[in-house]
Amino acid sequence: MGLIDGKLSDNFLTTKFDSLVAWARKSSLWPMTFGLACCAIEMMASGAARYDFDRFGVIFRATPRQSDVIIIAGTVTHKMGDAILRVYNQMPEPRWVIAMGNCATCGGPYANYAVMQGVDEIIPVDVYVPGCPPRPESLMWGVMQLQKKIEQERFVRKSISAA
Amino acid sequence: MADEAGTTESNGEGSAETEAPKTPPGMDLRNLVDAEFPGAVLEQSAYEDREDEVTFVLKVDYLLRVCEYLRNHPAASFKILTDLTAAHYLENEEPFQVIYQLVSVDHARLLRLKMKIRDGQEVPSVTEIWSSANWMEREVYDLFGISFAGHPDLRRILLPEDWGSHPFRKDYPLEGRGERIYSKPTRKESGE
Amino acid sequence: MLDVESSQRVERGPSTVPGTEDLVINMGPQHPSTHGVLRVILKMDGETVTDVDCDIGYLHRGTEKIGENITYTMFIPYTDRLDYIAAPSSNLAWVQTVESLFDWEIPPRALFIRSMVAELSRIASHLLWLATHALDIGAMTVFLWCFREREMVLDLFERAFGARLTVNAFRLGGLFQDVPQEFLDDTRAFIEIFPSRIDDYETLLTENRIWLQRTQGVGVISAEDAMDLALTGPILRSTGVQWDLRRAKPYAAYPFLDFVVPVGENGDVYDRYLVRVEEMRQSTRIIEQCLDMLPDGPVSCKTPRTIKPPAGEVYHSIENPKGEFGFYLVSDGTETPYRVRIRPPSFINLAGLKKLSVGGLLADVIAIIGSIDIVLGECDR
Repeated sequence: MGLIDGKLSDNFLTTKFDSLVAWARKSSLWPMTFGLACCAIEMMASGAARYDFDRFGVIFRATPRQSDVIIIAGTVTHKMGDAILRVYNQMPEPRWVIAMGNCATCGGPYANYAVMQGVDEIIPVDVYVPGCPPRPESLMWGVMQLQKKIEQERFVRKSISAA
Repeated sequence: MADEAGTTESNGEGSAETEAPKTPPGMDLRNLVDAEFPGAVLEQSAYEDREDEVTFVLKVDYLLRVCEYLRNHPAASFKILTDLTAAHYLENEEPFQVIYQLVSVDHARLLRLKMKIRDGQEVPSVTEIWSSANWMEREVYDLFGISFAGHPDLRRILLPEDWGSHPFRKDYPLEGRGERIYSKPTRKESGE
Repeated sequence: MLDVESSQRVERGPSTVPGTEDLVINMGPQHPSTHGVLRVILKMDGETVTDVDCDIGYLHRGTEKIGENITYTMFIPYTDRLDYIAAPSSNLAWVQTVESLFDWEIPPRALFIRSMVAELSRIASHLLWLATHALDIGAMTVFLWCFREREMVLDLFERAFGARLTVNAFRLGGLFQDVPQEFLDDTRAFIEIFPSRIDDYETLLTENRIWLQRTQGVGVISAEDAMDLALTGPILRSTGVQWDLRRAKPYAAYPFLDFVVPVGENGDVYDRYLVRVEEMRQSTRIIEQCLDMLPDGPVSCKTPRTIKPPAGEVYHSIENPKGEFGFYLVSDGTETPYRVRIRPPSFINLAGLKKLSVGGLLADVIAIIGSIDIVLGECDR
């Protein structure tokens, strides 16, 4: 930073481009609400008055085209699998996945013919939130974990080294 | 398991022997049905002689006529078919039971009708009598593989169309591995 | 361009009247106003709905099959996840069904606490219904206000049973343990402020012109048709039929409690709204009476370590917030049930969607789905 020290006026702040992008990305995570079962109710509670997800910049979107992260909230059945894949494929990159609750993580208490044993059988998951259902605080923790993960992502550096 | 129906029946008989003068519950309805359709009711039972648990086992041929009669007769007036389900008794000669749970709002009482059928035997659909049977018969068809003759739209309701088997049968494992391979979506199937 | 069009016209044949085709609209399975993973396939003629086909089963988790493979006690947590919006109600239906196979005498304190918690869950369920139903029709404030009070109810559950949503509230034979005194105090504080909060919701909706236009005369059903379709709960009562299992077949502490079963007149979406709002008020009354009358004593009767009911079959149903929620249970005398059948109110009420919405407008379908108040957990099971 020595080159530009003292050459800019007071209101300037210097940082790495990667950090700037990561900061922008993590601060406005718009989740696609994939409420499937009980966890969806807790996800709604997270967005409502008391827990107020908006203050994290988390604003629920009802369409995959406008969202960055998909919260799989609930039991994933085999019948639902196709729809999840389709929605996931419609999301623009970069995209992240939070598996909320035991069912989305590993099938939870439903070890039987109809239920997929974890959504990671079909899509890659970034954060697993345990609980049956997880409390809104847990989901909040999950979102913060994801934010930490995004902070560490490097895409300019990575592409330079790859080239 | 094989004598499950037998045990419930003997339950009723046993208590009838101890309290001889008491008539078993549901006798008024039984008389009503018997007067119109003699021989339609094969068995009558009630768990611990409770008024709410009266069960008639019907002959399949009589089902529609008895149901219509019970629905329209003012003394019965079973206007609501609240539940329709099935049960699988693997070792019985007639392994499937189709169970109809009727409610009469006017008389505030319940009645259970039951039919014992063979595997593959068709059951007449009661959708003409109670519209609520529509989805419930589809569900029984989906999960047990019992067909209903005369149903307007008999197809699977809960499981995917291409499931191929009926998971609520007792010989179906809880974790049906075979089906999972067919139904599990893979990345290739999604068409990207 | 023009050539192509004319050639197509020739293919259709000269004699046909310029026809229209029905438009098929797919709603769901991931749609914010279908209340879960319901998929509705609508056939439209212009703005008018001509046919409705529901595709359900996206949450079919085989709960009945699971129930046939585990013990009676182990199944209680699964009932939480059937109607997860009002979990204690589902618990109550299951434990009462199993208890009806025995001749246990449940202590009165347990009965009153059960009724009280079931009514709290009715309030929680109706609040969620009102929040989402109003949100679908476009009232955002109601959503936030209802969730504010719903959080209070969930706090009460947490205080008594240690969980917010899937509470696993009751055990066979009574309760797991007595509720703490703080729970009773907080419940009393809650019912003191809650009626005024209901008034608040009503000031937003009951005479709101938009609300009236969207709900009055929409999704009308007659009492005869409702019974034919086996619709239960507020939908049946909105048509004027006074059928409430808390009255018709009293269970828990309801025989000792004084409450009114509200009924509607027109059987439309608006009447269902009024019925449910009035039910919330009545629930508040019931809870107050339970608190006043709550007897002392044990909360559980003596039960054996392994629950082995005698062989037999029973059907028992209770008045869930959504309608008649029942279990048909076949016991073969062993530790696991032979057949567990869940009588789902949402599944059967949802079957009435076709009857309710054909002939209406597309926008009405949203209002009607909201007014049926489905929860897919017990619809698909």
